[in-house]
Amino acid sequence: MDRIPILRMGRLLLVTIQVDVHDSLATQLQDDLSSRIVQTGAKGVLIDISALDIVDSFIARSIANMAAMASLLDAQCVLVGMRPAVAITLVELGATMVGVRTALDIDRGMAMLQAGLAR
Amino acid sequence: MPTRKFTALDALTTDPAALLSEWKKELLASGATGDLRNKADELDAHAEEFLTLLGKAAREGTLTDLQGEAWQPPRKYLEELSSIRARRGYSSSQTATFVFSLKRPLFARLQGAIDDSVRLGEELWNVTTLIDELGMLTVAAYLRTREGVIARQQADMLELSTPVVKLWDGILALPMIGTLDSARTQVVMETLLERIVETGSEIAILDITGVPTVDTLVAQHLLKTVTAIRLMGADCIVSGVRPQIAQTIVHLGVNLQGILTKATLADALELALERTGKEVISRSRA
Repeated sequence: MDRIPILRMGRLLLVTIQVDVHDSLATQLQDDLSSRIVQTGAKGVLIDISALDIVDSFIARSIANMAAMASLLDAQCVLVGMRPAVAITLVELGATMVGVRTALDIDRGMAMLQAGLAR
Repeated sequence: MPTRKFTALDALTTDPAALLSEWKKELLASGATGDLRNKADELDAHAEEFLTLLGKAAREGTLTDLQGEAWQPPRKYLEELSSIRARRGYSSSQTATFVFSLKRPLFARLQGAIDDSVRLGEELWNVTTLIDELGMLTVAAYLRTREGVIARQQADMLELSTPVVKLWDGILALPMIGTLDSARTQVVMETLLERIVETGSEIAILDITGVPTVDTLVAQHLLKTVTAIRLMGADCIVSGVRPQIAQTIVHLGVNLQGILTKATLADALELALERTGKEVISRSRA
């Protein structure tokens, strides 16, 4: 079964979702991410969904859950690169992801996390 | 009387020139002609051509089959004429009267030619059916043209009303004009989000100075747009909240908390500049 890779960059973790996510893959990613945060003691997580065309309400909730889990484990989470069409769909679905921080691209997301780490 | 009995169709075909002049008199009296200056010739030409086509159809077709092949040329001509009149700004009743005013001359002919009251009734009914059918056709064509015009104008308005302007590096503004309905919000949202991605702007300013009223529905649309922008990772400021609008929003109990609002576009720009780490200072004159 394929998995979504979680890359480590210093004190940050980078999750780049490149394939269409189905439900079991999303659950798997939640497990993997929480254990990796504990293993590595990461202070920040960057989730890049710029390659994602389709996000349904389940995936949206999984992402919101991941952000909540990360903050419980003392790591900040930033969601970057959401496409306009995906944003519109999520708003129509009512999945507004309250509490998830967002940034336009990886660059800005990184800057956001670094600023958080510096504090 | 000829050997054959005089029918409704004969009323249409015999002596077309006389029928035309009677019809024209009727047209002028009914006011269906609109403003006749410069257009008297045109009306004559239209009436004559229509009557010719109608006479031809009456010779070839039957009254029982008004949808048939023979009646197609006058129907088509009438449809074209109606759509031309719709575009020229004639009213719908003027357009319909063009056909309906043909009734009286035809009735007069039938009355003159038929003595038997039962047959007269029948033939009058035939003429009425024919003219009504044509009248309905006229109105339908007229409405179709008008609806086309309205649809085109709506599309134009949608395009015109969503200009996304770049105020500064990283700051976009969208001045909204006119009422916000679902269709427009959708277009606004799409254009704005696309432009945010294109330009990599971190702040978008929605200026609602030109939005006449903000009710619960409009507020919901605003909320949606702001949420979508936030999901993309940019910030949104709503500006141009007029005093009356602020009052309405509060009285309606609409919750706009979580949306950053400013009274004027200038205030919003100032905040946006501050957020992006810029400052406007006056230069002391040397």
